[in-house]
Amino acid sequence: MTSALEKAKAPPAKVPRDGPRLTGDKLHARLSATWERPRGFIGWLSSVDHKDIGRRYIVAALVFLALGGALAVAMRLQLSRPQNDLIGAARYNEIFTMHGTTMMFLFAVPVMQGMQIYLTPLMVGTRAVAFPRLTAFSLWTYIAGGCLLWIAFLLNVGPDIGWFAYPPLSGPQYGVGKRPDIWAQMVTFTEVAALAVAVSLTATILKQRAPGMTLARMPIFVWATLVTSLMVIFSMPSVALASSFLLSDRLVGTHFYNPAERGDALLWQHLFWFFGHPEVYIIFLPATGFVSEIVATFSRRSIIAYPIVVLSLVATGILAFGLWVHHMFATGLPRVGYSFFTAASMSVSIPTGLQIFAWIATMWTGRPRMQVPLLYVIAFIITFVIGGLTGVMIAAVPLDLQLHDTYFIVAHFHYVLIGGAVFPLLGAITYWFPKATGRMMSEALGKISFWMIFLGFQLAFFPMHISGLLGMPRRVYTYPAGMGLELPNLLSSIGGLVVALAVLLFVINMLASVRRGRLAPANPWDGTSLEWATTSPPPSYNFAHIPVVDSQSPLWDGKGELAVVHGLRVEERELLLTTVMSATPDVRDPSAHPSPWPVIAAAALTVMFVGSIFSPWAVLFGTVPLAIALTAWFWPKTKEPTLEPSIS
Amino acid sequence: MSLRTNFTDDLSALPTHAFSYRSLTWWGIIGFMVIEGVAFAVAAAAYFFLMSHEQEWAPRPWEPPNLIAGTLFTIVMLASEIPNTMVKKAAEKYDTAAVRRLLPWIVGIGVLLLVIRGFEFNSLNVLWYENAYGSIIWALLFLHATHIATDWMDTVVLWRLMRTPHGEEPRRLVDVDENALYWRFVWLTWLPIYLLIYWVPRFFR
Repeated sequence: MTSALEKAKAPPAKVPRDGPRLTGDKLHARLSATWERPRGFIGWLSSVDHKDIGRRYIVAALVFLALGGALAVAMRLQLSRPQNDLIGAARYNEIFTMHGTTMMFLFAVPVMQGMQIYLTPLMVGTRAVAFPRLTAFSLWTYIAGGCLLWIAFLLNVGPDIGWFAYPPLSGPQYGVGKRPDIWAQMVTFTEVAALAVAVSLTATILKQRAPGMTLARMPIFVWATLVTSLMVIFSMPSVALASSFLLSDRLVGTHFYNPAERGDALLWQHLFWFFGHPEVYIIFLPATGFVSEIVATFSRRSIIAYPIVVLSLVATGILAFGLWVHHMFATGLPRVGYSFFTAASMSVSIPTGLQIFAWIATMWTGRPRMQVPLLYVIAFIITFVIGGLTGVMIAAVPLDLQLHDTYFIVAHFHYVLIGGAVFPLLGAITYWFPKATGRMMSEALGKISFWMIFLGFQLAFFPMHISGLLGMPRRVYTYPAGMGLELPNLLSSIGGLVVALAVLLFVINMLASVRRGRLAPANPWDGTSLEWATTSPPPSYNFAHIPVVDSQSPLWDGKGELAVVHGLRVEERELLLTTVMSATPDVRDPSAHPSPWPVIAAAALTVMFVGSIFSPWAVLFGTVPLAIALTAWFWPKTKEPTLEPSIS
Repeated sequence: MSLRTNFTDDLSALPTHAFSYRSLTWWGIIGFMVIEGVAFAVAAAAYFFLMSHEQEWAPRPWEPPNLIAGTLFTIVMLASEIPNTMVKKAAEKYDTAAVRRLLPWIVGIGVLLLVIRGFEFNSLNVLWYENAYGSIIWALLFLHATHIATDWMDTVVLWRLMRTPHGEEPRRLVDVDENALYWRFVWLTWLPIYLLIYWVPRFFR
């Protein structure tokens, strides 16, 4: 048998490779045979294709958006008039908790990561994500966490402690039953999922960029993905630890958050918001990536001040870790703490402001096409600036202490989250829909739903500033008549219904267009990044030959020509690794075959996590099936090593 | 509009594996190290946050943990770097025979460490449910114990795999190299935790 040393020095094996002599239809047939997932349900479950995983992430997140949105409508119906008795106080507590939890943990972060999983490999010009099985595992883990929360809600054991679950309300003394445990374990599921994706995306971006795509030539969306993935890596361990501590306080009698036994309830708030504030930017920064791509394409020019936009992304990512205490102003802080966190909170508006100026300047100096994706960008700029300004207002402690826990805050964060993330997301879905499905979304229907969403949103959320200033508290199921709260609440409810209808219309547009939309060419919007170089929808292997990049706008500067490298194996899944900074070709690396083990591992993890809500022993015994599944996932399925390496 | 393809370099001569930062899995492992490192750092922050409320740490009448088991653990852990470096170097030289010889030693050291860890839990002089000081001390030790256990399991699987014909596949030696890298991380993270569990409660009495 050949030794490892001899193998390491051996010349490349004589196997079929892509190149001038193997291209076109012949290459397509062979690459498809290698990269397509197996048929049948097991094949579907075993898929490790980032496009499948990303699409499933997005669909699941949109389902959770619909569920969370239905709860929002229920709340708005309850609040449409004073002293309404449609929903009682206890149910209302559950509903606002479920709404916030679903929107933050099961919709906003996953939908952004889903978009990133789908788009990143296409944008950097590679065939797959770095760790396809880990990414698949993450999908199933996320879905299991979402199901845990919603099944519990349907069984009437849903959490009722707010989306940030402050102890002592969530602790063993007041959080009776299993409601807080369900919440805490759902957090663990989603954090494991998000962390797995973040690692996979970071490695993809750093090691799998097309030759020549130096860091300074990366599309801004890819920069946004890199920064958010690093933010996930640095922030999510904090909430995973916090929720573990909460579970152990509730299950095995630790006292992390119990002031009677030397613990401190505020420890929770620090750990939670050290994650919770970066979380806002984990949702927002991918949206700035969408905006940058859409603005460039629809203004028909490259983005102005690319380095400033990128540095602003990085600066926001760093500053986001220094702001968390502004969520805790009302808990009482030393003076210097107030000053520091006020200054830090205000300073984060500087990089964001710079980005907004860059986008406006790009549109100003370009030849903008007012199509649906760009309309969403303009709506984003208007709405996000309003939300940003109220953010600067409440960064000031005296005002924050007045407005804390009022509807003013509700208005603020919906302006920044819906305006800052959902509007760009809807624009991005419209923009990349033809790439993912091969069909265009209806422009007319798109414009109707755009105007309904934009105006309905303002109608729903602007009056909340007023009701908040009038002193209406959050998280209370009703309000008395005669305090001037009737009109703003009625307007908010009407606006909420308009938004719900508009989102429904958007989804109808998606569903109708998948079947009957106009067929899309490879590059329907005349975009410039690499995803537009391949067919719509892309083949299982993404690119027939790996593209080469020598500018920030490869398709515009290439003038109808695409330089490629060749020599990758076609009968085995193979990727090209490049160097981190300059993206010089470095290694040919095998990519994982489809496997059912990620979904089995996620099932084993689910048994362990759900079991540990009831018994600490589940942590110990649950590791056995998990370890078996992970070992089978990793263990090679061939008896002997293949001629050149593979991951079977 | 379809793009005209312009073929440039042929990459078939590129290697199919590489060590260190040229390897894709190396970046994955670094990612997970950062995640775990942040978890430990946040746990340490929680430790100091709880400590900041106290006049004394360990709070009386609880005694600081006994030193013997933890210190023995630390010594064995540091000593484990010798075979760890040997196996890492063997992997980098594609010396499968040496790797096959050395990995059982690493597995054995893991077993020894897990046994000592059991005694450590017994020498903390506080239980997790007695107060928040006990909770955080136990949490740190438990977190690190899971660290040791997962790496031990990982090493067992790798050892068994290296004994198969796959042991002669150069990429498997990259796995061995990266497993050794991870072990360095495991013992490096232990050093501050050792101070937090065993020495800080002595310094602040």
